[in-house]
Amino acid sequence: MRYLSEYRDPTIAKKLIEDIKRLSKKPVKFMEVCGTHTVSISKNGIRQVLPENISLLSGPGCPVCVTANGDIDKAIAIAEAPDVIFTTFGDMMKVPGSYSSLAGKRADGADVRIVYSTLDALKIAKNNPDKKVVFFAVGFETTAPTIALSILEAHRQGIKNYFIYSVHKLVPPAMAALLNLGEVKLDGFICPGHVSVIIGSKPYEFIARDYKISCVIAGFEPIDILQSIYMLVSQVENGEAKVEIGYKRGVSFLGNTKAQEVMEEVFRPCDADWRGIGVIPESGLALSNNFKGFDAVEIFDIDVPPTREPVGCSCGEILRGVKLPYDCKLFGKACTPENPAGPCMVSTEGSCAAYYRYGESS
Amino acid sequence: MCLAVPGKVVRLKDLDMADVEIGGVETEVGLQLVSDVKVDEYVLVHAGYAINKIDEEGAKEMMELFKEIGELDEIAKLREDDEIS
Repeated sequence: MRYLSEYRDPTIAKKLIEDIKRLSKKPVKFMEVCGTHTVSISKNGIRQVLPENISLLSGPGCPVCVTANGDIDKAIAIAEAPDVIFTTFGDMMKVPGSYSSLAGKRADGADVRIVYSTLDALKIAKNNPDKKVVFFAVGFETTAPTIALSILEAHRQGIKNYFIYSVHKLVPPAMAALLNLGEVKLDGFICPGHVSVIIGSKPYEFIARDYKISCVIAGFEPIDILQSIYMLVSQVENGEAKVEIGYKRGVSFLGNTKAQEVMEEVFRPCDADWRGIGVIPESGLALSNNFKGFDAVEIFDIDVPPTREPVGCSCGEILRGVKLPYDCKLFGKACTPENPAGPCMVSTEGSCAAYYRYGESS
Repeated sequence: MCLAVPGKVVRLKDLDMADVEIGGVETEVGLQLVSDVKVDEYVLVHAGYAINKIDEEGAKEMMELFKEIGELDEIAKLREDDEIS
């Protein structure tokens, strides 16, 4: 476990920690809704330097982890269809579905390829005109505009063998869904930095207004995260609930409007199934009617057997903030990064993988 | 997965593309989501596209940090894993 050794400026970090300790009186629970924050918090031992009255919970902030088993099963079924080259971000390869994973199917002979960007998936489509190239469109608002661009580009170039299977998810509706469930009494959200680069701070306003929950958008440096915790503590101690930006070098009130326009042109909001939470209305993105021809769901006849959840896996509860990774009986025993039972241990940004890697325990 | 890294625009190319230096490695990046990007300016890159312009000071701070925590190496590795053919 490393503590402050990696802070770029330990003096500032120490001062922030002291300020938090001085200011924070009430017992509070804050949730980070971003896998990159989860990693940074674990890596830098932030949980351990905070006073005992502040708890940090990890929420549904890893797109790989929140992808429902049924959707992974469907992706695998598409990858197995004849004449398909299935392309995906590397994170999804090892995530177990009900019966197998994309990596497992590749070992069995399916043509599954890892790409870094949809630009690469499009190149594969151009290089293989006799194949159907499907991209597994996983990701939050950060990623969705880049996928939308690939659709516009395929349309412009007349590429007819490129499709996406969209399981995109939107962050603010999931935050509201967790509050509606009422299982965890939260005092504040550490809002995701790069999602907010795209959407801005405006879409969180309803959380502060309607639910009276403080929101601070944080950057990724340990100091950024400490600063965002300080801002949340200040709000709570002052009895306020508002949206503040602690990541000013990347985020504005309105966000990247050009990216939002691209997203709105290509996608429409749809209900989406989140692992551990279930279907959340208007929390996903489906291709809009103008671009239906690129939708793998329209092209392939996908028929999968009923889903099966891994026995004993607590990913669902962990994603809702009800359990911490080390509360799961499989954690570190029957479930490790080498041999993961659930997605939160597979993805490097999953809570379980972060806790395991950096040795966090109760 | 929402990881985005800062890079410096090295040259502008056709079709709104650019070569961007990320952690000492030049990578082709799409500029369709940002406006009026010039050579030597800094952008935040996610999944092959610039998602925002950032100022030099912010970019350099972030680069230092990413170097320290090894994430630029991870990006380079992601690139190596790429299976285009």
